[in-house]
Amino acid sequence: MDGGEQKDTQANAPSVIDRYYTRWYRADLKGKPCEDHCILQHSNRICVVTLAETHPILQSGRTIKSINYQISNVCSRLNNKVSGKSKRGGQFLTDFAPLCRITCTDETEYTVYSCIRGRLLEVNESILETPTLLLEKPSTEGYIAVILPKFEESKSITENLLSREEFESVLAKRKVAESQPS
Amino acid sequence: MLPLKDKDKPMVQMLLLAGCCARCILRFCCVSVHAAYRQPPQNTLKQLQAFISDTENSKSQDSAVPEPPEDPPSKRAKLEPGVTDAVLERDDEAAAPRVCVVCLGILQDMCGTSQAVKVSEAVKAENYEFDTVVLSVSLPAQLCVREHSCWLHVKKEVREKGLVLDKDDVIQVKEAFKWIMQGLVAKELGGIAVVTKVGNIHDEKKNILVFTRMAVVKALEKIPDFKFLKHYPCPPAQPTSSCSPQDVRCLHGSVFVAGRYNKFCRSLPQTPWVIDGERRMESSVEELIAAPLLAAFRADGFNFSSSGREDVDVRTLGNGRPFAMELLNPHRSRFNRAEMKQLQETINKSSDKIRVRDLQIVTRQAMSRMKEGEEEKTKSYTALIWTQKPIQREDITFIDDIKDLTVDQKTPLRVLHRRALAVRPRVIHSMNARFLDPHHFYLGLKTQAGTYIKEFVHGDFGRTKPNLCQLLKTDTDILELDVESVDVDWPPAIPE
Ligand SMILES: [Zn+2]
Repeated sequence: MDGGEQKDTQANAPSVIDRYYTRWYRADLKGKPCEDHCILQHSNRICVVTLAETHPILQSGRTIKSINYQISNVCSRLNNKVSGKSKRGGQFLTDFAPLCRITCTDETEYTVYSCIRGRLLEVNESILETPTLLLEKPSTEGYIAVILPKFEESKSITENLLSREEFESVLAKRKVAESQPS
Repeated sequence: MLPLKDKDKPMVQMLLLAGCCARCILRFCCVSVHAAYRQPPQNTLKQLQAFISDTENSKSQDSAVPEPPEDPPSKRAKLEPGVTDAVLERDDEAAAPRVCVVCLGILQDMCGTSQAVKVSEAVKAENYEFDTVVLSVSLPAQLCVREHSCWLHVKKEVREKGLVLDKDDVIQVKEAFKWIMQGLVAKELGGIAVVTKVGNIHDEKKNILVFTRMAVVKALEKIPDFKFLKHYPCPPAQPTSSCSPQDVRCLHGSVFVAGRYNKFCRSLPQTPWVIDGERRMESSVEELIAAPLLAAFRADGFNFSSSGREDVDVRTLGNGRPFAMELLNPHRSRFNRAEMKQLQETINKSSDKIRVRDLQIVTRQAMSRMKEGEEEKTKSYTALIWTQKPIQREDITFIDDIKDLTVDQKTPLRVLHRRALAVRPRVIHSMNARFLDPHHFYLGLKTQAGTYIKEFVHGDFGRTKPNLCQLLKTDTDILELDVESVDVDWPPAIPE
């Protein structure tokens, strides 16, 4: 237990995420190593797409050059608008719908995907103005987008995702692989 | 005598022949004298028959060419030979009159003392507290069709005479029914006023309908006369039996009770909490308040409303939150101040999770005051705050100086599934901080109603801006929340 004791005195209550959200993961997205995504699902079925802490962008020393929600010539996630209680007009996303492309100062580019089916409610415009939010608080203020799954799919959409435990075992295997250079 | 004029004579004749009851004939002659309907229908029938023979006399007198009285007048003969015979024949059957082709007996057997007794017995059995009764009757939709057919039957005659008579001028069956029954029911109830418009009790005889009455009325408005006549006999055919009353239903107008409630429990929802059809908490604020009220007012049910609501884990302290409860079909409705105070005591003794004050009976109109201007009202809270970085007393004193801070709140994620997405500016009028330990302090807030406090504290993924995390430059979370006051000046305070 590394520093568990010390952490306890600081955080003796579970965080907002722990209390109301379930963490789901998708590892090595589209076969790209370590491009892990984390989906926070609220008990009311709403999902927040974030980068997992293990994502290459979040590794030390990286700097974000730009974040682009314009995912093709004809489609920008920034144009997404929903109206009314029923969220009419939101773009409908499938598992592998790209949400945005992030370019680092070393010119590496990453695509963030929705990971789940549902209606796009909003994207995080704050990270456009302040990209460091994404680096400093990837699981809260640096979120990528908010998606509302269909009511009838609110349970099934996470079937293809990894639970926290499953994700941790993926990470453990990854560590072992790293320590055994080919 | 019946308030009929000479011009009515051919119509009376026609209607008698068609098989209309005496009272329906009065309706089609637009007689609006209530007494004419209240007298025994056999008498009315006799008077109508006398009225017609009087026609024959006057006819013979007025006529330039006198005709023997036994002969049918030429005009009537044109319409329907043998009219007089038919009328006489009906008269012979007076002992067992036929069921009326228009009202199906509603203005015959169903409109009299025995029915009035049935209604009043039903009212008495409910043991209501009341001053006035509203009598209303729900009639089978078929009646509209028969009425229409009968109207078409007389229309031609009416128009030929150049008389101005519209279908709307015909007295409605339910009107005649009320004129006859109101007095009778009142008498049975021992002098209680029975009125048509205002009052408390509502009696109904309801028939199960295949088509709604409204649909039938609409269809009859649209259908051209020739088409109607193709499909339906005119005058309406003789029914084989009269319609029968289904039941008498009594309903007392709602009583509205208002007050303020405290909620002392962090695991009590305001209203029953159901997820996926399953009940989550065993009780709720509204149920705890409603149970003693339903018993005391002997009501069938309730509707609860309040000035905003708190989350299941939030307490409501101070003077409490204004609420109002509509009590449905209360059998008892008169409570004086002392009795209301007693009732309040009963509620307060029934549970230590809630407490009620200012309990009083209000009007439906007054209830709207609770909801109006809700946005402009202020609310005060106390929140127990956790900070990620350790803090010292002086680190949080600046909070006390913040006045009228406008925060932009995106619809919180926790309610976004059922509310529209929007950014709403909300004003935090003032705050104060009370240091507890290096990771905790109490934050007092006075805010515009509608401010989401939890989201202001933890920031809701940065969706509420500014938020307490930004102000304190560390992650903050809310561990407990209490509503200290809901500043709505309704209902009026009742001195203890
Ligand atoms: Zn009748």
